Amino acid sequence: MQYIMPLWPAYSELFLLGMVCVILIADLFVSDDNRIVTYALTQLTLLGCFLITLSTLAGPPVHTFSGMFVADALAGVLKLTVYIGMAMTLAYSRAYLAARGMFRGEFFALSLFATLGMMVMISASNLLTVFLGLELMNLSLYSLVALLRDSRPATEAAMKYFVLSAIASGMLLYGMSMLYGATGTLDIAQIATHIVHGGSGGGEAALVLGLIFVIAGLGFEIGAVPFHMWIPDVYHGAPTSITLLLSSPVKFASFAFFMRLLVQCLQGMVVDWQLILIILSVLSLAVGNIVAIAQTNIKRMLAYSTISHMGFVLLGILAGDSNGYGAAMFYVVVYVLMNLGAFGMVLLLSRSGFEADQIDDFKGLNQRSPWLAFMMLLVMFAMAGVPPTVGFYAKLSVLEAVLNAGYVWLAVVAVIFALIGAFYYLRIVKLMYFDAPQDDAPIIVHPDAQVLISANGLAMLLLGILPQPLLVVCTYAIQYSL
Amino acid sequence: MIFGLPLLSVAIWVPIVFGVLVLFSGSDRNAGAARVIALVGAVLGFVVTIPLYTQFSLHQHGMQFVEFTPWIQTFNINYHLGIDGLSLLLILLNSFTTILVVIAGWKVIQSRVAQYMASFLFLSGLMNGAFSALDAILFYVFFEATLIPMFIIIGVWGGPNRIYSALKFFLYTFFGSVLFLVALIYLYVVSGGSFALYTYYHLPLSLTAQILIFLAFMSAFAVKLPMWPVHTWLPDAHVEAPTGGSVVLAAVMLKLGGYGFLRLSLPIAPDASHYLSPLMITLSLIAIVYIGLVALVQSDMKKLIAYSSVAHMGFVTLGYFIFNAHGMEGAIIQMISHGFISGALFLCIGVMYDRLHTRQISDYGGLINRMPVFATLFMLFAMANCGLPGTSGFVGEFLVVMGSMKHSFWVAVAAASTLIWAAGYSLWLYKRVVFGAVGNARVETMADLNLREFIVLGLLAVAVLALGVYPDPFAAVLHTPVHDLLALVSQSKLPVQ
Repeated sequence: MQYIMPLWPAYSELFLLGMVCVILIADLFVSDDNRIVTYALTQLTLLGCFLITLSTLAGPPVHTFSGMFVADALAGVLKLTVYIGMAMTLAYSRAYLAARGMFRGEFFALSLFATLGMMVMISASNLLTVFLGLELMNLSLYSLVALLRDSRPATEAAMKYFVLSAIASGMLLYGMSMLYGATGTLDIAQIATHIVHGGSGGGEAALVLGLIFVIAGLGFEIGAVPFHMWIPDVYHGAPTSITLLLSSPVKFASFAFFMRLLVQCLQGMVVDWQLILIILSVLSLAVGNIVAIAQTNIKRMLAYSTISHMGFVLLGILAGDSNGYGAAMFYVVVYVLMNLGAFGMVLLLSRSGFEADQIDDFKGLNQRSPWLAFMMLLVMFAMAGVPPTVGFYAKLSVLEAVLNAGYVWLAVVAVIFALIGAFYYLRIVKLMYFDAPQDDAPIIVHPDAQVLISANGLAMLLLGILPQPLLVVCTYAIQYSL
Repeated sequence: MIFGLPLLSVAIWVPIVFGVLVLFSGSDRNAGAARVIALVGAVLGFVVTIPLYTQFSLHQHGMQFVEFTPWIQTFNINYHLGIDGLSLLLILLNSFTTILVVIAGWKVIQSRVAQYMASFLFLSGLMNGAFSALDAILFYVFFEATLIPMFIIIGVWGGPNRIYSALKFFLYTFFGSVLFLVALIYLYVVSGGSFALYTYYHLPLSLTAQILIFLAFMSAFAVKLPMWPVHTWLPDAHVEAPTGGSVVLAAVMLKLGGYGFLRLSLPIAPDASHYLSPLMITLSLIAIVYIGLVALVQSDMKKLIAYSSVAHMGFVTLGYFIFNAHGMEGAIIQMISHGFISGALFLCIGVMYDRLHTRQISDYGGLINRMPVFATLFMLFAMANCGLPGTSGFVGEFLVVMGSMKHSFWVAVAAASTLIWAAGYSLWLYKRVVFGAVGNARVETMADLNLREFIVLGLLAVAVLALGVYPDPFAAVLHTPVHDLLALVSQSKLPVQ
């Protein structure tokens, strides 16, 4: 019996929590003109977390808090990506937030609480911890969406998000209670063992029912069709920085959510959930790609594109082996990078009193700023999956996993929908390069954002030429954790 | 190797590096610098491919100048390059064409010069990559990446309907290649984790699998080539593309499809190739006869040449699927020759278009009175297009017709009818545009070729005649690869029962 609980696996969470409190208090003494201090503190906090997590990365899985919390390679890598995603989100958002009066302490505190929630979800090894992390993240996100309290679309989006998310959480809890009823434990590893060894009698039906409810909750979180209805509305209504937050770092947590629940907990029922995921992914690919064509608002378009990308991630997961999970993880990382670039560009083109959220706002960007247009071109071709951008390797690895699992038809369906998807990404390129600008206002980009978007865009190309390191990291995270 | 340089990598990366340099030369204020850097890059890009020919060993089987570096170990993807005679000719053609289009766009392109020149240099490097890749994914990456610069070229510098054409071009060819990708990954899984094309050549596959793979490959290559009935993107793309875009598209890019059939479809799915050869021959003959007739009635010169390209490509696929050495060598020579001739014809149309800004045949007439030098060169290319002996057009067509005669008399008859259709549309076009009295007041103002145009067309005229009169230097490098390929294709890969 171990009496002294090791705290080190959770150092980054504890550090973050401490720093949030510091930031909350420090922010009281900072005037509006010096709000940059809070911003810097937030970025430093993320940097600190990054270093702590990096230093504890290697090694076998360690459980702590009575087995509620686990630090393994998967958690480590995903947390690192969350910090990076979060830091980039904040950097992209700085000018946008300042122009809208949202550059305040609440924003940073809530973002960090959301980050904490994601980290707890990622490190969960007990159904309760999963739920705890999820709710912490979600509550922060609801408030963030509603941060512009006088904006009607934002408030409406927050309400929709809250109500729908509450229902999804309810379903998830219900599913978890079924699992608990069937196995008598909430510990993920114990449930998995119970399913493999002790599954008999009446428990079977409860397990399957539980599984279905859990998948409903997961599907909502990741935005898979038919649980996707909130995505376009919330992405559209929320301030763009919050949309970026919702669609980028949060996706890592959603992926961890899948890994912890479906793979680590319910791997024994892979045959059952594989079929459900096939349906979800094909529907997501179809609805996401087809509906995106009709959008005129780029945030809505990217929302539907997110849905279709999540369809691809599900394809990787449903392959049902570590190969597939690695591919799905690679896809998520690449997707988040692309998404950061795309929404980052929307943020950079927006200015005080002007939201560059219409697709037509990209018209003639090549004449206004050839460099930004080129970066957006790289991001768009990456999203369409055209080599030599990294988006191609993401699709390649997922398709490889799917074909390896024997689903040739599924791969064909996926590429056909990817082809349909290519159309609306190309349309953005077309607007930027082939059309005349509608808007002659100079594009003012802060140096830090300029560097960031350049790095982000060129990463599409560089990771496309050398995808091996990222692939290795993803494979490593999956293989050493499952 | 010269100075120990990896020649193939140099051939790929020199144009691309120069493309980047051109891009960084900045806005149109420095257009002059962009042009010069682009020309240096293009010439250098061609110069570095010459050792490939001079050091090429005629009788060595398999690939030469092989380079191998592990690239993405997770999927066992390697940076694996190598060429045989077939790829060699296409690489030379490509690098040569790049010089021509850079010169041809010298004055015509006035807006966003740097981006224009850079696109062609990127395209050139990428196509060299596709012609020398021995790894399936490497090939796919190069094959697909060529779409991006061409999409931009058509869309930015094209004609009035350029946006429709650019999107149609991209989506059509992208559609073809996504199924190709699925087939490649399928082969990867079946072969136990290898993307090396050579592994696939000896991989036993059932007939059903071979047919599906063949069709998936075909969806990429038939669209690219293009074969009837998936050719409809080509006339649109050609008509709207700027002259340089049309030249590269017709002269080199289409050959990616023809090359793909030889490098992938035939050796990987030989049984399916034989099984489906009646279909392929039928499609080829339809392209030759029907598209030949379609070309006859075009009123737009570029469209006419575009349809003539489709008809000539029908000859290429016909040559492949009669499975004998004459047919296959003829088809390959036809590809090279078509590269010169169609490039030259599009440049001729470009010359006229730069002066009158119209491509309608009816707007011209009597050019010979104003532009005698041009008329002479144009005559040569028109004759070559209909396969006059002594020009490059004759060699390929003659070999293919001879090969098909061995296969079947009636196929040969239908194929030979191309001599009538091609003569019909080429000479009638020539007659209406060049001969007769001066058509209208605007033709009266047209000046003859300037030095730049003369150099470009003159170089092509030399190439056309050289290949026509003395094809041996070109044909010699083909004997060994064609022999090896036919040996591979005649070997059944069906698993032993």
